[in-house]
Amino acid sequence: MTRPISQQSLTRRSLLKGATALGAAGLILPASYRAARAEPQRGGTFRIGLGHGNSTDGYDPGLWDNLYAQVFAASRHNQLIEVGADGQLTPEIAESWESADGATWVFRIRQGVSFHSGKEVTVEDVIASLNHHRGEDATSAVKLFFNPVQDIRADGQNVVITLDAPNGDFPYLMSDYHLAIMPGADGKIDPTSTDGCGPYVVESYEPGVQASLTRFPNYWKPGRAHFDRVEILSILDSAARLNALMTGQVDLIDQIDPATIGMLEARGVANILSIPGNAHYVFPMDSRAAPFSDNNVRLALKYAIDRQEMVDKILGGHGAVSNDNPIGPANRYFHREMEAKTFDPDRARYYLRQAGMDSLSVDLHVADAAFSGAVDAGALFAETAAQCGININLVREPNDGYWDNVWMKKPFVASYWGGRAVEDHMFTSGYASGAAWNDSFWEHERFNELLVAARSEINEELRREMYHEMQQIVSFEGSVIIPMNNNYVMATALNVATPEQISANWNLDGFRCVERWWFA
Amino acid sequence: MHAVLVMILQRLALGVVTLFVVSVVIFGATELLPGDLASTLLGQSATPETVAALRTQLGLDQPAPLRYWAWATGVVQGDFGVSLATRRPIADMLAMRLGNTVFLALYAAALAVPLALILGILAALWRNSIFDRVANAGALSAISFPEFFVAYILIFILAQSGFFPSMVRLSPDMALGDKLYATFLPALTLTLVVTAHMMRMTRAAIINLMASPYIEMARLKGLSPLRIVLRHALPNALAPIINVIALNLAYLITGVVVVEVVFVYPGLGQLMVDSVAKRDIAVVQAIALIFASAYVLLNLSADVLSTLTNPRLMRRT
Amino acid sequence: MGVMIFLACAIVASIPLSWGARRVMAAVLPRNMARVARDMPLTAAFGIMVIAVYLFVALFAPLLAPFPERAVVGSQFQPWDSTHWLGTDRLGRDMLSRLIYGARNTVGIAFATTALAFLVGSVLGIWAALRGGWLDQVLSRFVDALMAIPALIFSLLLLTIFGTSVLTLILVIAAVDATRVFRIARSVAQGVVVMDYIEAARLRGEGTAYLIGREILPNALAPLVAEFGLRFCFVFLTISSLSFLGLGIQPPTADWGSMVRDNATLITFGDVTPLLPAGAIALLTVAVNFVVDWQLYRASGLKEQAG
Repeated sequence: MTRPISQQSLTRRSLLKGATALGAAGLILPASYRAARAEPQRGGTFRIGLGHGNSTDGYDPGLWDNLYAQVFAASRHNQLIEVGADGQLTPEIAESWESADGATWVFRIRQGVSFHSGKEVTVEDVIASLNHHRGEDATSAVKLFFNPVQDIRADGQNVVITLDAPNGDFPYLMSDYHLAIMPGADGKIDPTSTDGCGPYVVESYEPGVQASLTRFPNYWKPGRAHFDRVEILSILDSAARLNALMTGQVDLIDQIDPATIGMLEARGVANILSIPGNAHYVFPMDSRAAPFSDNNVRLALKYAIDRQEMVDKILGGHGAVSNDNPIGPANRYFHREMEAKTFDPDRARYYLRQAGMDSLSVDLHVADAAFSGAVDAGALFAETAAQCGININLVREPNDGYWDNVWMKKPFVASYWGGRAVEDHMFTSGYASGAAWNDSFWEHERFNELLVAARSEINEELRREMYHEMQQIVSFEGSVIIPMNNNYVMATALNVATPEQISANWNLDGFRCVERWWFA
Repeated sequence: MHAVLVMILQRLALGVVTLFVVSVVIFGATELLPGDLASTLLGQSATPETVAALRTQLGLDQPAPLRYWAWATGVVQGDFGVSLATRRPIADMLAMRLGNTVFLALYAAALAVPLALILGILAALWRNSIFDRVANAGALSAISFPEFFVAYILIFILAQSGFFPSMVRLSPDMALGDKLYATFLPALTLTLVVTAHMMRMTRAAIINLMASPYIEMARLKGLSPLRIVLRHALPNALAPIINVIALNLAYLITGVVVVEVVFVYPGLGQLMVDSVAKRDIAVVQAIALIFASAYVLLNLSADVLSTLTNPRLMRRT
Repeated sequence: MGVMIFLACAIVASIPLSWGARRVMAAVLPRNMARVARDMPLTAAFGIMVIAVYLFVALFAPLLAPFPERAVVGSQFQPWDSTHWLGTDRLGRDMLSRLIYGARNTVGIAFATTALAFLVGSVLGIWAALRGGWLDQVLSRFVDALMAIPALIFSLLLLTIFGTSVLTLILVIAAVDATRVFRIARSVAQGVVVMDYIEAARLRGEGTAYLIGREILPNALAPLVAEFGLRFCFVFLTISSLSFLGLGIQPPTADWGSMVRDNATLITFGDVTPLLPAGAIALLTVAVNFVVDWQLYRASGLKEQAG
C-alpha cells in the first residue's frame, strides 16, 4: 500500500516545468519524438479521443462551441486565413490580403480549389459563408465581429470588406474557426451540410459518438494531410480517455487530469505534449457591486491568492503564473516587466484596511464547467484567503446552466478564456466598456481611450507602449483575477509525429493536428 | 384468466395516463431549468441579441403551453418531430441508441438474473453458513462501490491486460459474437451493480416464508430442504422477487448513463443527459416517453406475474 | 496483490475482534439484552462493532482528526508517512482527516435521507395496499409516473432547479427513494392484507393506523428491513454518481462519495487512494447488512419457536 508512482510523478513534473518555462519560444519535445521525426509520411488511420462533443451537437458553423466541433470542422473545412504554428497569419483560401487605410480590406481568393462535392470555390461562396454570421437575424457566436462591417462585396477574384473604422487586426478575425468556407447557393450556405474544401471528406458522423473521414484526394495544400483516414471520437470521461490511449484504441487524447499526467508518463506508453499559450483561467468580480466596486478590495483579493500553488496543484505544473493579465506570453505586445503579484497576506490586509475593513466575507460561485479544476481552485483560493482575513465561502453551482445562471449573474465567479492571437481582440471582447463578454462589468476611461487609439496606431513603438499601459491598468485596476495561464496538454501514442513547432493558438495544434501531424 | 386480461387492459390504459403525467412533469421541469436551448447552444458566446434571434428562429418565443400542445399532437400522430439542436429527425437519432440500450440491458439481465436467483436460493437454503456470509459480503461490497468505480477497476484488471476493450466501438455490421465481446465489460459492470439487490431480496423473501406453518408441515413430512425451498417456499415468495427483478430491469434500461459515459457506449441515457443540458425539450420528452413505456410495461408484467403466482390477489385487482 | 494480502489480514483480524466485541456486549449490556448478545452470530457482532466505531468517529471527528477538514497542509499526493498517515489528496489536504470528517457528513446525510424515505414510502405504500380502490390507483399511478423517470436524471433536474444545499440534497434523494420504498411496501403489504387475520381485524373495526402499525407492518417488516439496509448504502452511491455528473455535496466538505469520484482516475494507474473512501463505504454497507440479516433471522427464528 505505498504510492511509488506518485513520488516519481513529482520529479517528472518538475522536469516538465523546466521545459514549459521556455515559454512561447517553442516546445521542447521528448527524445523519443525527435528520434521518430523524419519526413512526414502518408498513411494510417488517426484516431482522436476528445473530452468534448455532445449528442446534441449540430452542424451550424455559427454554433460550433467545443473542441470536438472545432477539430471536426478543421478536418473538413478551410478558412480565409490560417494561423501558422508560429502564430503568423498564413494564406489559406485567401491567397493574399491588403488594406490601404485599415478600413477597406481586399482579400484575393485562391483559384483552383474545389469542394469535396467537386464544385470550385468561388468568391460568391466566400461571401455567402461570411454572411452567414452577419446581419440582423444571424445567430452566430461571432456575430459581433461583423458589427463594424458595413459591406462585403465581390470584385473580380477579390472579396472587399468595408469597416466603419480602421482596424489593423481585422485579418486575424478572419482566421476564426467559425468562419469556414462552405458552398453557397443564392447567397446562402446550407448550415447542415458537411461539404467543405478542407483536407478530409466526411464519411459518417454520429453526434456525440464519432466522425469518420477519409483523405480528400484533391486537397490543394502540398505537404499536408498525411493520414489516409481520421476518426474523431467523443470520450467524455477522463479515465476512459486515458484507458483508450493506453490500450491503443486511440492515438491522441486531450484534457488529461493533471493528477495523472506524471503517472501516464511513467508508463512510457505515451508522449505528453504541453503547449504554453494564451489560454487563461479567471475569477471575474462584478465591479459594479459592493464590495468589488472598491479597487482596494479587488487588490486585497489579488494578493490573497497563491498563484504558484494554483499552477502546481490545479494545472499539475502545466501552465504559468499570470499577473492578472489577459495578454499572454505568446502575444506580440506582452508586458514582461510588470511588477509581479505574489501571495502576500500583509499586502492583502493592507488593502483591506485601505478599503476600511478588518475582514471580508464573499461568496465565490464555481463549477467545473467554468474550467476543469475550478472547484478545487476555489477551495485553494478560500484556504489562502483565510490567512489574509478574507472568508471566501465556496458555492458549487451545477455545471448545467452555469453560463446562464451564474456567469455574469453572480458577482464573483470562475470562468476561462481561450486566449486571443491579438491584443485588440482580447481586450475588445472582454474588457472594453459594454462588451458582451465584459464579465466584470468593468469600465475604465483611460483604458477605453487607449483601446481605440491603439487599434489604428501605425507606429509600432507607440502601439507597444499603449498595449503595455493597458495591461498595467487591467492588472492593477481591473476587476478580474487571473491567477494562471493554462497550457494545452495532450497525449499521443508513441508513433505519432509532429512538426518542430506546435501552435500555441488554440488546442491540438490550432485544431490542425489532423492535417499537420503524421505517423512516424 | 379473464380477470387477468381485464387487468392488463386496465393497466395499459392507466399506462397511457402515466405517460401523459411523465411528459407533463418532464416538460415542466425542463421549462423550470435556467436558460433555454437558444442560450445553451450559444453558451459562453451568448449575447442578448444573438439569443433573441436564435430563439425566434427555433420558435422558442412561443408560450410554453402552445409548444407543449404542438409537441403532444405530433406525438399522438406518431411524429416525434425534429431535434432543434441538431435539426435531425428525432426518430432517427433514437433508433440506433434505443437498440444499443436494449441490447446492453438484456445482456446484463441475462447474466444477472440467473446469478442472483441461484445465489439467493442457495443463500436461503444454507442460511448463516459460510457460503451465505461470503456471497452476502461479496455482493454487498460489489454494490457499495459506485458504478463508475466498479467500471474503472474492471478496466484496470481486464482491459489494461488486453483481455477486453476498455471502450465500446460498435459498427452496424458487427457479428453478435463480436458485439457480445465488445460490450462484455459494461455488461459485467451492470451485473455486479444489480445482482446484490435481487439476490438479497430472493433470500429475504424465502426466509420470510420458512417460518410459515405449511413449510413446517412440509418439513415434518421429511422433504429435503432443497425441495422445500424450490417447491413450497419459492412459488409463494415470487411476488416480491419479481418486483425487484422488474425494478432492476427498468434500471438497466433507464439508469445506466454513468456506465454509458465510462465505456463510451452510445445509449439513450447519455443522449438524455446531453439533451437536458441543451434544453432540447423534444428529444428529452421522446426519451422520457421511451423510458416510461419500458417502465410501465415491465411493471405491468411484474404485477401480472405476481397475480398469477398468488391467486388470492386476483379478487383485489 | 498488496490489496489482496491486506484484505486477507483484515478478515483474519476481524474474527477475534468480533468475538471480543460480542463478549464485551454480553458483559456490559443489561441482562435480557446480554442474552441476545451472547447468542448473536459473529457476523452480527462484527457489524455492530463496525457501526459503533463509525458512530464514534462521526461524533468525535474534531478530536480524532489530526488536521482540520479543509486545511491545505502539504503538497499534493504526498505518500503515506508518519505525519500524514494516509497521505494527502489532490489539493494537499490530509487524507485521514478528510476520511474521518467524511464519516460524520456521509453517515449523517445517508441516515437522514433513508429514514425520511422509509417513513414516507412505507406508510403510503401500506396504506395504498390496505385501502385499495381509487386511493391505491392514484398513489400507484403517481409513483409509477415518478419512478418512470430515471432516478439519476430526475435528481439532476430537481437539484438544478432547487439548488444543491445539503437540505435539498436530502429531500430530493429521499423523495426519489421513497417511490422505490412505496412500491416494495405496497407489494409486500398486498400479500399480507389478503391474510385472514387482517380480515378479522377489519371486521373488529380497527382503524387504518392500527392496521398499518400493528398488523401489517410487523408482518411486512422483513423485506422492508432488508431494503433499508441497501437503500441506506445507495445514498452514498447516489451522491457519488451525482458528483460524477457535476452535482453533489458542496466542497470543501468531505464526503466519501465525492472523495471516490475526485480520486477515481488514479485507480487507472493502480493507485489505491480511491479505494480508501470506497472501502469505507463498503465496510459500512457490509456491517449494516450483517446486522439487518441477523435481525431478519431473529424475526423468522422467533416465529419458528412460536409456531
